Amino acid sequence: MVDRTLTPEFRQVEQIQLIKAEPYVLANNVKLYVVNGGDQELIRIELVFKNVNWTSAKPLQAYTVNSMLTEGTSKLSSQQIAEKIDYYGAFLQMDYNYDYSTVTLFTLTKHLEATLPVIKAIITDSVFAETELETFKTNQKQKLLVSLEKNDYLGRRLFNNVLFGDTIYGYKTESFDYNRLDRSQLLEYFHSAYQPSNCTIIASGKVTESSVKLIDAFFGQDWEKGTDAVPNLFSFASDKGTEHYVERADALQSAIRLGKLTVNRAHEDFPGLQVLNTVLGGYFSSRLMANIREDKGYTYGIGSAIVSLQNAGYFVIGSEVGADVCTAAINEIEKEIKTLQTELIPQEELQLVRNYMMGSLLGSLENALSHADKFKNILFSGLTYEYYNQYINIVKNISAEHLQQLAIKYLDFNDLEKVIIGKR
Amino acid sequence: MKKIISHSYYIPVNSNLYESTKLLTLQSLNNSLQSRMVSYNRFTLDNGLKVIVHEDFTTPMAVVNILYDVGARDENPEQTGFAHLFEHLMFGGSVNIPSYDEPLQRVGGENNAFTSNDITNYYITLPAVNLETAFWLESDRMLNLAFSEKSLEVQKNVVCEEFKQRYLNQPYGDVWLKLRPLVYKQHPYRWATIGKELSHIENAEMEDVKAFFKRFYNPSNAIMVVGGSVKTEDVKQLAEKWFGNIPSVKKELRDLPVEPEQTVEQRETIYADVPLNALYMVFHSPARNEQGYYETDLISDLLSRGNASRLHINLVKSKKLFSDVSAYTTGSLDPGLFIIEGKPLKGVAMEDAEAAVWDELNRLKTEFISQDELIKVKNKIESTMVFSEMSLLDNAMNLAMFELLGDAANLNNETSRYLAVSADDIKGRANSIFRKENSTTLYYLAN
Repeated sequence: MVDRTLTPEFRQVEQIQLIKAEPYVLANNVKLYVVNGGDQELIRIELVFKNVNWTSAKPLQAYTVNSMLTEGTSKLSSQQIAEKIDYYGAFLQMDYNYDYSTVTLFTLTKHLEATLPVIKAIITDSVFAETELETFKTNQKQKLLVSLEKNDYLGRRLFNNVLFGDTIYGYKTESFDYNRLDRSQLLEYFHSAYQPSNCTIIASGKVTESSVKLIDAFFGQDWEKGTDAVPNLFSFASDKGTEHYVERADALQSAIRLGKLTVNRAHEDFPGLQVLNTVLGGYFSSRLMANIREDKGYTYGIGSAIVSLQNAGYFVIGSEVGADVCTAAINEIEKEIKTLQTELIPQEELQLVRNYMMGSLLGSLENALSHADKFKNILFSGLTYEYYNQYINIVKNISAEHLQQLAIKYLDFNDLEKVIIGKR
Repeated sequence: MKKIISHSYYIPVNSNLYESTKLLTLQSLNNSLQSRMVSYNRFTLDNGLKVIVHEDFTTPMAVVNILYDVGARDENPEQTGFAHLFEHLMFGGSVNIPSYDEPLQRVGGENNAFTSNDITNYYITLPAVNLETAFWLESDRMLNLAFSEKSLEVQKNVVCEEFKQRYLNQPYGDVWLKLRPLVYKQHPYRWATIGKELSHIENAEMEDVKAFFKRFYNPSNAIMVVGGSVKTEDVKQLAEKWFGNIPSVKKELRDLPVEPEQTVEQRETIYADVPLNALYMVFHSPARNEQGYYETDLISDLLSRGNASRLHINLVKSKKLFSDVSAYTTGSLDPGLFIIEGKPLKGVAMEDAEAAVWDELNRLKTEFISQDELIKVKNKIESTMVFSEMSLLDNAMNLAMFELLGDAANLNNETSRYLAVSADDIKGRANSIFRKENSTTLYYLAN
C-alpha cells in the first residue's frame, strides 16, 4: 500500500535550452531576427515599430494609426484586407503598448507568399480615410464610456498617470481626445513611424530559407524612407507616495493599485526583484494571495508585478477587494511588505519560489513562438542571451539577505502611490 | 464562435497587471504549433477511471487534466453556484495532504481549474520529470478531502467577491443572471454557474459539501488526460499506483428536465446605471454534439468574426448603427443558445437596431451564402484548429472534453464536421432557429 503522506521524489529544473535568434540585415538595413523551430508548418511574423514623436497635444496618434492599419489602403478596403487574410486562414493582429506598435501575421508557412503583400500594403500605403476615422472615433468613444464605469480601468488609468504624468505611459485618455484626432495627424505619424529605419522584424516558427527570402523581397526593398522621427525619451522622478482616492458611492468592491517606480530589465537588480516580487505577489501561493485571499477571503485575486518599460521600471500591486474590507486589505499589504523588509524569507519558502520560477520558465517555452518572446525581452532592453544565464543564476542562488536588502531599497510602503477607486 | 462562460479558480496575477499597457483588448492567439492529428492511447482502471495518454516528446513538460462530469446543471435549484464553490474547496487540502498548491509549486508546477454549466475541469502543468507529484496530489483529493471549516468559510467569501467582481460591480455584468431564467424555464441552464444569488453561496454548509463530493467526485465520474513528455507504460503504472485503490462508485445517470420548445416570442426591458443601451437577442439552438451545432457555429462566424463579417460590414461600417455587435454560441452539452449582442450608437432607436439585425438574419433565411464566403469561414475554423492543436494543454483539455461527449477520437473529426456544412444547411439552420417564437429579446437600457 502506498504511503500517501509522503511526497514523491522530485528534481529541480537544471537546464533551460533557448532557441537563439539568428540575426539578418535586409538590403535596406531593416533588422530581421529568425527563431526557427518546430516541425509544424506555421510562421509568425512580427513587424515592430518604436513609438515616436510623443506629444500630449496629439496623444492618440500612435494608437490610432496602429489600430487603423486594417482600415484601408489606396487599393484595398478594410473588408478586402480582412477577406484576403481570412481566405488563407491566416490571422492579422495589431498590438499597441507603451513602447511599441506591432503588426503581427500568423499563417501557415505555405501561405506566406500570398499574405505578405497585404502586410506590405498596410504598412506602406494605409490611407486613414475620413469616413473610417469618423467611425473609429465614434465607436472608441462609446467603448471608453463603458470602460470609465469599471473601477479596475479607472484604477489603472489613474495609477499610470500618477507615476508617469502626461507622457505616453501615463496619459489619461478622455473622450475629447478622440475629437482632436484628424486625418493629417495620422498620415504625419504613419510616415514618420512606419518606415524601414524604425522597424525590426521577428520571424518565428517554421522559418525556411525561402521564408527569409520572401521577407527580404517584401520588406528589404521598395519601401521609402519617411520623415525623421524623434525617439520617446522620458525620465521620471519619484515622489513620496500619497493616497489617491476616488469615491464611487455605489461600489461593492474597490479597485486598488499600489506601486512606485523601480528599475527596468537592463538594471542588475531586476532579476532579484523578480524573485522578491514572486514571493510577495507573483504566484498563487504568494504572501499576498495566502493572506488576503486564502486566509481572509477579502478578494478573488491579488497580485504584484515588476514591469519593465523602455524608459522606466515599476512595481505594482493590484486587486479588487470588498468595499467594506478595503482598508483592512491595504493594512495587510503594508504588513506583508514590512515583513519582507524586517525578516529573512525562510529557506523553505525561498526554495519553493526558486523551483516554481524555474518550472515556470521551462513551461513558458512551449514552442518557437515563445522562444521568440523571450528574445524580444532582451532585444528591446539592449541585453544579450547572457541575461538569461544571469537570471537563472540569480533565481537559483540569491540569498535571503540580499532579497531583504532589495525590499528595503525598492519597496518602502510609504513611498508607494496608493490609488483607491470605490470605498475605503 | 463558441464562448464558454466558465469560472476559474483564480486569474493568474499578471494577466491583469500589465495588460494595462493596452488601450483595448485585441484577440490573441494561442502560441501553438501544427499537427493535423492529436494522437493518444487509452485505458480504464478497474474502478472506472478513464485515462487517456497523449505522448508529445517535443516538450520537457507534462500536463495532467482531470475532468469531472459535474457542472452547475447538476445543482439543486435552491443551492445554485455549488459546483463552482466546490471547485474552490478542492484546493483546501485533502485527506493526507494539508496543502495542495505548495507541494506542486515546489516541483515547478502550476495549476488551475474552471467550472461551467456542464463540467468541472482541473489541470496541472509541470516538468515531466516530476509527473508523479501530480498523481499524488490529484489521487489524494479524489480519494477524500480534508473538509476544513476554515477553507469553507474563506472560499465562500472568495466566491462572493468573485460574484461581485464579475457580475455585480461591472457595467452589464448581471445580464446573464437576468437572461438565463428568461430563456430557460425548466432546464437547469436557467441559472448561471456562479449561482442565482449571493445567499446561495453564503448558506452552503459542510454537510452539503460532503454530500456533493460523495456523489460526483469518484473515479467513474472522471476522465484523466496525461500529456507531454510521458510514456503510456509509465502513466499506466502511476495510475494504478495512485488511483487504482480509490473505491469505485457506480456512475449516476443524469436525468435533467428537458427544456420544452419555446412557442412564444419573449421580450423584456430593464434599466440600469450603464452608459449605453445594449441589445441582446437569444435563440435556442442545437446541443454541442449535434451536427446542427456546427451549422450555428459557422453562422456566428459569418455574422461577426473579423472585419469582413456581415454584422461588422453592414451594421457597424455601412449603416453605422452599432459601435460593436457580435454573435456567438454557448456550445453547451444540452441544447444551447445562439446570441447576438450589441451596443447601438447614441441616438439610434433600439427598435431600429433590432430591425437591422433581423434584416441580416432574414437574409440568411432567404438567400444562399456564396461559396467564397463559406470557404472563408471554414478556412478560418480549420486554421484555428491547427493553431490550437499546438498547445499541449489545449490538446489535453480537448481530449477530455471529446471523451465526455462520447469518444476522444472525435477531436480529430472536428474539422471535417465543419467542412461538411453546405450553403443549404446554413439556410436551413437559419430558418429553424431565427424565428420570433424561438427568440428572447432583452433591451438593457441606460437609466
